[in-house]
Amino acid sequence: MIQVNHLVKVFGEDRVVDDISFHVDSREFMTILGPSGCGKTTTLRMIGGFETPTQGDILFEGKSIIQVPPYERPVNTIFQRYALFTHLNIFENIAFGLRIKKTDENEIKRRVARMLELVNLTGFEKRAVSSLSGGQQQRIAIARALVNEPKVLLLDEPLGALDLKLRKEMQLELKYMQQDLGITFIYVTHDQEEALTMSNRIIVMNHGRIQQTGTPQDIYNEPANAFVADFIGESNLIPGVMKEDYWVEFAGRTFPCLDAGFSQNESVDVVIRPEDIDLVAPGEGLLHGVVDSALFKGVHYEMVVLVDGREWLVHSTDLAPEDSEVGLRITPDDIHIMKKSAAPVHEGAPFKEAGEAAVHA
Amino acid sequence: MLKRLSTAPYLLWSFLLIVVPLVMVLGYSLIRTGPGGPEFSLNGFIKFTDPLYLKVLGLSVWIALQSTVLCLVIGYPLAMIMSGLKPSAQRTTMTMIVLPMWMNFLLRTYAWIPILGRNGLLNGLLATIGIPPLNLLFNEGAVLLGMVYNFLPFMVLPIFTVLIRMDRSVIEAAQDLGANRLHVFWRVTLPLSLPGVVSGVMMVFMPAVSTFVISDLLGGSQVNLVGNLIKDQFLSVYDWNFGASISVVLMALILVSMWILGKTDKNGSGVSFF
Repeated sequence: MIQVNHLVKVFGEDRVVDDISFHVDSREFMTILGPSGCGKTTTLRMIGGFETPTQGDILFEGKSIIQVPPYERPVNTIFQRYALFTHLNIFENIAFGLRIKKTDENEIKRRVARMLELVNLTGFEKRAVSSLSGGQQQRIAIARALVNEPKVLLLDEPLGALDLKLRKEMQLELKYMQQDLGITFIYVTHDQEEALTMSNRIIVMNHGRIQQTGTPQDIYNEPANAFVADFIGESNLIPGVMKEDYWVEFAGRTFPCLDAGFSQNESVDVVIRPEDIDLVAPGEGLLHGVVDSALFKGVHYEMVVLVDGREWLVHSTDLAPEDSEVGLRITPDDIHIMKKSAAPVHEGAPFKEAGEAAVHA
Repeated sequence: MLKRLSTAPYLLWSFLLIVVPLVMVLGYSLIRTGPGGPEFSLNGFIKFTDPLYLKVLGLSVWIALQSTVLCLVIGYPLAMIMSGLKPSAQRTTMTMIVLPMWMNFLLRTYAWIPILGRNGLLNGLLATIGIPPLNLLFNEGAVLLGMVYNFLPFMVLPIFTVLIRMDRSVIEAAQDLGANRLHVFWRVTLPLSLPGVVSGVMMVFMPAVSTFVISDLLGGSQVNLVGNLIKDQFLSVYDWNFGASISVVLMALILVSMWILGKTDKNGSGVSFF
């Protein structure tokens, strides 16, 4: 439905979007995920028509739309800060697009009513924008866009300003709406959990480039490089050496793994998710260390285990108290091997980044 | 306590310079010196109902309205163009608009006389292309020009301020919903900039309806406005009672028009006085 080809956007000296290509299928929920400044919003704005690409092309159903002004594009946008019209009441906000198309008055009434029903705000027609809460304003922004029956809806961090509980609710609502109405969503967020929950496919971006494209499961379980592993969820990122196919050395030991196709003694990055590590009695398991800290996180305990001076993040429903000795068991399918990325992995403090990613989530 | 004490000088100041003069004007409009000393009288107001004077008031309001509309028609597009410029260019144009205000009001109004006069600059230029001299000075048109020239910045600045503070994403949202440039202007930009327009209109209309310097200098004896009438009562005729009465009527007129304008600004975006 939407095809993006070698898109480049340069602001001054800055290549904000640096040669990216991807496609979005009809009725797909596609998320562009990345840290702030990675070029995800700029990409969305180019699709919406608010930025002109420096190079490259955007095709909609096979036809280039980069010359088409935003008001003629078959897409609608949900803006980060809603951008509702404060001089109009709720009814007129939603009716805005229909009025411009000179839709019949009865038709406008019918469709606005239907939209208000969809977003659970029936009866709000005469209210002023300023009298609505953030969550309600967000719903109106969605209704205002959807009433035009766009083929593609672009969403720029639409839930960023809402509190956690409301955000979770709206995530589900948006997902249901997308499935119900059969509209293609292109969703921009820096929240990896949001992306994993809602998307059919995820594009992970950093420094204007696509790091990986895939289903949430692909991205989480088989991150393409250290950045993706680090950004998607918390992870233990350990430098290692591929001894031969199915054998990798890290943390001073050689482990069996499921990966092959690397050259002998190639330096690699090893990703192990904290929830994949089993805590066992000291002496059992392949590694053993001392619990440095343990935090209760609700569903699980988050423990940092020191193994030969390196910190390992472990999530477990069992608590190993601080200063106790534990063994760590890592099975072959817990080990994900990635080629060393061009960007240097933060040697020495790999878990700090993971901690930051957790804060974003 | 300290806070209350610290506001005292300002309160005293406002009282002495705002309340006292207002009360005095009101007092003079109701009290006149009769044969037996000061006496209460509505004579000043009654005298003002004379068609001769009402015509003066009517003309003043009419010219002030015209100059306000002209300022709006010239000032809005100017403010819009300015708001679209780069910040550095905005500062330059802003300085150019404010620059004449650094000059004395009387002087810069007076400067129009040698430009518009019968042997002035403009007629000199016209003569070179064979057009006989025109009467450009000492008529309503000249007064109108003087008003627009002097008061245009008061229209441009508030509108410009509202326009540059406007959230760009609202305009993008309108475009996104199918609005072309014309739609965006009529349905979004203009309605959202109304608070600026309202304060601009007030700031132009108020000085325009009460000026006497502009009509004195550029209107000569041909254009007699209510400001001139008041000035004459105080400085030439010495009928302070009548002069004060006209002032009170004018004040009431301005207050009513401000109230009406304030009503149009529903959102109370900070310019309404009521």
